[in-house]
Amino acid sequence: MARNLSMKDAINEALDLEMRRDPTVIIMGEDIAGGAGGQGEEDAWGGVLGVTKGLIGKYGAHRVMDTPLSESAYIGAAIGAAACGLRPVAELMFLDFMGVCFDQIFNQAAKFKYMFGGKAQTPVVIRGMVGAGFRAAAQHSQMLTPLFTHIPGLKVVCPSNAYDAKGLLIQSIRDNDPVIFCEHKNLYASMADVPAEAYTIPFGEAAIPREGKHVTIVAYGLMVHRALEAAETLAKEKIDVEVIDLRTLSPIDMDTVIESVEKTGRLIAVDEANPRCSIAADVIANVSENAFKALKSAPKAITAPHTPVPFTPALEDLYIPSAAQIVDAVRNQMK
Amino acid sequence: MSDTIKQVVMPKWGLSMKEGKITRWLVSEGTTVGVGDELTEVETEKIASAVEATDAGVVRRILGEVDTIYPVKTLLAIIADASVPDSEIDAFLAAYVPPAVEEDEEVVDVYSTVTLPVGEIRYAKYGSGDKTLIFIHGFGGDCDNWLFNTSGLADQFTIYALDLPGHGRSVKGFTDASLSGMADVILSFMDALSIDSANLIGHSMGGAISMKTAIKAPKRVKSVTTFGSAGLGIDINMEYIDGFIGSDSRREIKPFLEQLFFDAGLVSRQMIDDILKYKRLDHVPESLRELADTVFTGGKQSENLVEAFKATGIPMTAIHGADDKIIPAAHSEAAKSFAKVEILAGTGHMAQMEKSKEANALIAAQAK
Amino acid sequence: MSNNPFPLPKEKLLEAYTKMKTIREFEERLHVEFAKGDIPGFVHLYAGEEASGTGIMMHLEDKDRIASTHRGHGHCIAKGVEVEGMMAEIYGKSTGTGRGKGGSMHIADLSKGMMGANGILGAGAPLICGAALASKFRGDGGVGITFFGDGASNQGTVLESMNLAAVWNLPVIFVVENNGYAESTSIDYAVAVDSYIDRAAGFGIPGVTVDGTDFFAVYEAAGEIIKRAREGGGPAFLECKMVRFFGHFEGDAQTYRAKGENEENRANKDCLKIFRSKVGGAGVITEAEMDKIDQEVLARIEACVQQAKKDPLPIAKDLLTDVYVSY
Repeated sequence: MARNLSMKDAINEALDLEMRRDPTVIIMGEDIAGGAGGQGEEDAWGGVLGVTKGLIGKYGAHRVMDTPLSESAYIGAAIGAAACGLRPVAELMFLDFMGVCFDQIFNQAAKFKYMFGGKAQTPVVIRGMVGAGFRAAAQHSQMLTPLFTHIPGLKVVCPSNAYDAKGLLIQSIRDNDPVIFCEHKNLYASMADVPAEAYTIPFGEAAIPREGKHVTIVAYGLMVHRALEAAETLAKEKIDVEVIDLRTLSPIDMDTVIESVEKTGRLIAVDEANPRCSIAADVIANVSENAFKALKSAPKAITAPHTPVPFTPALEDLYIPSAAQIVDAVRNQMK
Repeated sequence: MSDTIKQVVMPKWGLSMKEGKITRWLVSEGTTVGVGDELTEVETEKIASAVEATDAGVVRRILGEVDTIYPVKTLLAIIADASVPDSEIDAFLAAYVPPAVEEDEEVVDVYSTVTLPVGEIRYAKYGSGDKTLIFIHGFGGDCDNWLFNTSGLADQFTIYALDLPGHGRSVKGFTDASLSGMADVILSFMDALSIDSANLIGHSMGGAISMKTAIKAPKRVKSVTTFGSAGLGIDINMEYIDGFIGSDSRREIKPFLEQLFFDAGLVSRQMIDDILKYKRLDHVPESLRELADTVFTGGKQSENLVEAFKATGIPMTAIHGADDKIIPAAHSEAAKSFAKVEILAGTGHMAQMEKSKEANALIAAQAK
Repeated sequence: MSNNPFPLPKEKLLEAYTKMKTIREFEERLHVEFAKGDIPGFVHLYAGEEASGTGIMMHLEDKDRIASTHRGHGHCIAKGVEVEGMMAEIYGKSTGTGRGKGGSMHIADLSKGMMGANGILGAGAPLICGAALASKFRGDGGVGITFFGDGASNQGTVLESMNLAAVWNLPVIFVVENNGYAESTSIDYAVAVDSYIDRAAGFGIPGVTVDGTDFFAVYEAAGEIIKRAREGGGPAFLECKMVRFFGHFEGDAQTYRAKGENEENRANKDCLKIFRSKVGGAGVITEAEMDKIDQEVLARIEACVQQAKKDPLPIAKDLLTDVYVSY
């Protein structure tokens, strides 16, 4: 039977299962329970969008820790605790807030193992909301995956659906390196068939939600859904699209992308990030280098523009790459 | 509706199938076909197989295009006798009204769970009829291995297909990982659903489980039909078993899954992904290892059920693909003294899928 | 039986002296070797500050964790990191604590609870809150000490960590090693409060100021607050007022100092001389015993420098290793 679960509930379930299985898993973040120190209810919010609701009741405040508004301190504390043998999952409410604590992430957590000659490990997961479409404006809507992907020592995960979100989060918690787990706020409500049991998905393995032979579209997160919409439209024009969902950006499964381009000869990379040094740019550069002969047309990147995310809905809708843009790009390549 | 103009439509394999993609035409306009001839290869979310002609005649029009997805019931081709004029066919097509695409018709959820002593077991129930069939999958499989069979037989029988412990969506642990323990699970399943007696259909290890159940409780088992069954000899392709358990990526597992079929092309990406999803559930690899160590100890089948089953006198049909690479067809052949034996040419270990039409006919014949 | 007026038994006094002397000779030797041009990168020397690190570390075990600054050699040695591995690391050799991949500013030994010297000032404070959180979670009675200078005392990470430690009642000791200079900038310019005790109080944390050149003053003050933290009393703030003998980094012309300042420091604020003068006549340890330690330490430093020079460099393959546990 289909056990339909939203991505939000799938993430909650992943945290619940891992906290039950492993007593060294703790979670922390701003308002992940909510109501701390006040006269009202405990677990007042369960996270700003309710993703972590119910966990403090099961595991207690010493494992579900609300934090003061102090990213550099508590993200750093999560990292320090990880280096000392706990397995913290710390929430950056919006990944856009990484500016105030990025040092702890990219100079400390990412580099301990290397600088200390291999004699350290930092099994921390930092999970945060990414993505536009919520009318949350410039500082709460970015897709900063390229910044984290660039840093050696970090792993970066961005699921596109509830099934992948649960398996990848469980994998992230069990992984012994620092993982940045990106949750697209516009996908929290999306439903998928999710088994009740715990399961994992390896990093560095892309999924192929749709097979095809005319063109390869590489995407991740919300853009996978845009690519699939575009593919439906193009199927009516007899254009057979293969969609690749990267799932993890570091490590990245370029083997699957290259295998696909060698079959189709055409590549479109769709990315909600801004264009300079985006994941799309990275994928296209890699394919150009490694599968040039297979290409029948120039690869195309479809990204957000080189602007901050606008507030007003009409502009924000233009900012986010659309299925129509993807369809146009494919038609152009097929000419 | 013309009698002389026969429609070939996108079939519905399994109750959840909504659409399929044509991957290859095996005939062209002008080919003469007989009943059962394969016309086109179709791939769905769950499975890839061929659409067979239900009528004899000449393929007059091919309407479905390769690499295109069509909803179930879409008209894909026209078969008619050579004598039927083109104009009549044209007229038919001009007047043809495609059936309404059922959006979410009866979203019949065929799956349920039942709690047995071993834990929670998922099963699917189909059809109605005064005779009951219980389908038992093999090592590493699940109840959906029977999709072509349950859909083909649901109008004649009450059908159950379950996920054994350690498999599918059932509990991932065993109280007893032996054939006897599995037979107990089947019996407790029947008890829980108030099934007094049934016809058991088993694939591979599931065949051995069916036989073992009959041995343990002969009064509960009306007949046994097996496909590529274990329990009839000593040989087992341990490389396949170990490879299945040990693989954790598409590239690793694909060559092993290809060994299951006569036509390796039937191994679709979706099939591989579904199997990997199952194997990545917590405790599955360990469960499969425990099962393999018990049922295939030291790389050989641990139990030969021939004598014990013979003694029950229960009727049995043993079906086996001639090209089965996992368990040799010779095992089923040797069951001639107490079972009806059918060796199918050009068929591998998944005979119930590869030759579903023949399979269903044999199942129905044995159960009636 | 002679009376021991000190708060430590004889072997612990000898241990403290050995630690401080080892730090001093290690740093003095680096000053000489660096000038020869064999040591890559930067070094920041702790000479003159030994009493602060040692006075605190004498209360700690391996399960207690410290995080240091760029000026980390003294903290490492006082916490028990072996000088041989440290010197090899400073020379960039594969036998170093970080296999040559960290260098002077990133020496660490997690097995000894040394979570690393750090090139980012103030970065240790949140990390130590995490270490303290882990100890509190396990109930193992461990504490975390975060060292920073007067300069880094202004970093947001330090201030946020002070609040966090107070809110979560973590066993963290915030130690400002106030040597008067943040690189070239005087504390009189950069720190608004006159007393760190006032700053600590502003965060709800008890504070204490001691003369960081007096081992015993540091030892006593640290002892009290560490014991309190171990017993669940929460964080505390310790200011050690001291001097550093060398520049911010080796090569620093130190033109920001007053005339005669370095000479004055060496003459009157040398914590080793102060220790010897306090301990010398008290009849617990003899001058001869301390002289013997001096010889042994010099010999050990000499040996570790020679060894470090001889040890192999990392090979090309090492560039790519130890980035991840698995990838």
